[in-house]
This record gives sequence, structure tokens and C-alpha cells, in this order.
Amino acid sequence: MASPVTPAQAPVLPLHMRRARFDPPAEMARIREQPGLAGVTTPLGRAAWLVTRYEDAREVLGDATRFSSAGLPVIPVPGTTPEEQRSGNLLMLDPPGHTRLRRLLTGEFTVKRIRRLEPRIAEIVADHLDAMEQAGPPADLVPDFALPVPSLVICELLGVPYADRADFHRRAAQQLDLTRPMEERGKVALESRAYMGELIDRAVAAPGEDMLGMLVREHGDDLTRTELVGIASLLLIAGHETTASMLAIGTLALLRHPEQAALLRDDPQVAAPAVEELMRYLSVVHSGVPRVATADTEVAGQAIGAGDVVVVSLPAADRDRALVEDPDRLDVGRAASHHVAFGHGVHHCLGAPLARMEMATAFPALLRRFPTLAPAMPFEDVEFRSASVVYGLRSLPVTW
Amino acid sequence: MKIKADRDVCIGAGNCVLAAENVFDQDDDAIVVVLVESPDDEDAESARNAVGSCPSGALSIEET
Repeated sequence: MASPVTPAQAPVLPLHMRRARFDPPAEMARIREQPGLAGVTTPLGRAAWLVTRYEDAREVLGDATRFSSAGLPVIPVPGTTPEEQRSGNLLMLDPPGHTRLRRLLTGEFTVKRIRRLEPRIAEIVADHLDAMEQAGPPADLVPDFALPVPSLVICELLGVPYADRADFHRRAAQQLDLTRPMEERGKVALESRAYMGELIDRAVAAPGEDMLGMLVREHGDDLTRTELVGIASLLLIAGHETTASMLAIGTLALLRHPEQAALLRDDPQVAAPAVEELMRYLSVVHSGVPRVATADTEVAGQAIGAGDVVVVSLPAADRDRALVEDPDRLDVGRAASHHVAFGHGVHHCLGAPLARMEMATAFPALLRRFPTLAPAMPFEDVEFRSASVVYGLRSLPVTW
Repeated sequence: MKIKADRDVCIGAGNCVLAAENVFDQDDDAIVVVLVESPDDEDAESARNAVGSCPSGALSIEET
């Protein structure tokens, strides 16, 4: 009998992604206390060093010269090259190429520009709360609020037709879902790029007032079509999946800490610090931010060889006592703005000002509209989405 | 204290503006602009906070 063909299956969930509801796995605290770095296997099945301490995380993410984002393996996709897949994907580029692309985009995300969007964001939030109220309880907070609010915001900003949301929501969730075979995730990534390619071609033909139109009009000569597609694909996924996850799991965390929810509901001054604290406490980008050592080096006394992969656990770093006292407690009143939930270094989240504005608007509005908001299922039964690049909830039935 | 900003290193994250609006601003490309080089006592703490929350390492403080 011939030896069986190994099925294309997803690797076992890496240690740092096996979360205990809101918390990193218990073992992470132990690893963080040990000298040096622990070994771990990445979601793509590669051996790597695991960084869990706050200062080490800042050191690695803050040094793009020693720790490169380029050259990481990509999911093999038939009909395209790794170079094409990396093109325009800021997360897979190093300076100076990364700097060149990022500087084309940063102007769209200044604090001032985002503040101008506040009335529209508040309106989108209110519209979805109206719809929930009219339909009456129960509701599922994920499809009724957490997902559509950031999705509509990023669609309007980029110039992506909101009518296409069912397809791009599905594709984004599948691309980030680590339980799916790699071939399938790669194929979906290709579909996403094909869809974005059509939108780019439309923008080239008739550039609108949105971000795709701006990129085509102002930088069409500097950027290849592949780069435009890469940039826009990243902005669309990063623009809705992450904030959607935070709105769902953040709401659940608040409902589990009613005294914290009350502070946020009753005092407008608490909104900004509460967003930072929820980001720190939950750190939803949890698949481990990977880097490749460009030369033999050392972190926390651990020798690292050139070419070694180093993975930074943002949730572990954000629960380090070196960042805040009593890190496992949710305290929306504290100043926790130095967290690394948005990353650190040159790849710090480009859309952070937008995400902050969306959360600072959505959480208080939800809590004020439904002061008696409560989960409509036992906490033990809530399904957390661990095996995804972005941690979140599959659904959150609520009542009021 | 004197605040220094390296505009070539800045990545335009905007953390400094959120932390200390009286001290920092961004230009149209989101790159940091120092509004007050030597903040008074009232703004000193938020300025330090801003420097600490800078993800790119573009900001530093010289104690005078």
C-alpha cells in the first residue's frame, strides 16, 4: 500500500493564540517571567522565537533594520508570484519602500481629517442603533452593529460599494481564518485582489472623491496597478475586520464588568481612555506579528540567528506589569495609551486614529441607547474566534 | 524641557496629537509639527506621555 498523501490541513493553533476568553493563555504569564525567549510554531508551521515582554516587543517592532517584515513566507497561490502578493502590502515591506507607500496614505488618516468624519461616524452608529431598536430584542451584535458600522465607514472612505459587503466580509473572514487549508486561503486572497482590481480600474476610468480616487489621481503615475490593488485590499480588510472584532468583544468585556460599562456610559471624558484600555486588555491582533532577523543578534539575552523568525505576541506584551499595574484587570479610567495593540515601530496601525474614533463613538452610544444591554446567552457558551489573525466573537446575542 | 522631533523618522501615527494637542500637530501628510518646543508645567506631563507613546521613535526630550 502506498503511503497516504498528507492532507492539506491547518496546523495546530500556536500556543500564543490559545486564549482563555479575554485573557492570553495561562502559560504566557509563565513564559513572560522566564529569561530569554521561548520557542513557538507559527500559524504557517515554521519554528520561531516568541516575544512576550512589553520592552522586548517594543525593541523588536521598533527596529525594522534588525527585524525585517520583508521576505516572510506568503501563502502559495497558483497564478501569482510571492512578489505580486507582497506588492502594495505595507505589512510585508521594509523601509524605504514601505516609507514611500505609507507616506502616500498617512495624510488621509491625520487626527484632524478623522475628526472631520466624526459626524458621519456618529450618524452611521445611530442608524444601526435605530434599526436594532426598531427590530426589538434580541439582536446579534456582530451582524447588526459591530461588523456593519466599521464596514460602512471604510467603504465610504475608500470608495468601495457597500452593496458588495456580503462578499468582501466573507472573503476577509476566510483569509484570516487559520483553520482553513492554506490553498483555500490563498485562493480567496486571489479573489479579493481580482475584486479590488476591478474597483481600481473603475477608479482609473473615473476617479471619485474617495481614497481610491485620490490614489489614482494624485499617485497614479508613481504606483503600479499591482501596488494600488495591494494597498486598497489591505485597507479594506484592516479597515473593517479589526474594529468589528473590537466592537463585539469589547462590548462583551464591558458587559462582564458592569461597573466599567457604567463609567463609560455616564462620563464622556472616559471614552478616550476606555478605548485605549479595551485595546490593551483585548489586543485582538493576536496571531503573532512576525519578523525575520536580518543578522545574528540578541533579544533579552537570547541569541537569534540571521534568518530566524521572531514572533511578537501583542496580547502578552499588553498584559506585562512593565506596562501597567495589575495588567489583568480592566480599568477604563486608567491611562494605558502606551500599549502595543496597534503595533509599534514603522508598521504601527495606519488607521489607528480612525479606529479610535469609531470605538470612542460606538461604545458609549451603544451603552446609552440600551442601558440594560445584556448578553442573551450564558457567558460560558459565547463562541470566541481564536483561530483567526484577528481575535473576536462569532456572534454575540444581546437583549435589553 | 525641550522637545525634539525627527520628521524623517515620523510615520504619522498621530499618537502625539492625541496625547498632547497643545504641543503637537500634524502637517497635511500627517508628519509631526512641534507647536511648543518647551512646554510649560501644565503641558509637560502630557508632552512626556506623547513622547512615550510615539511608535516610530521620532520624538525625544532634552531636559534643560
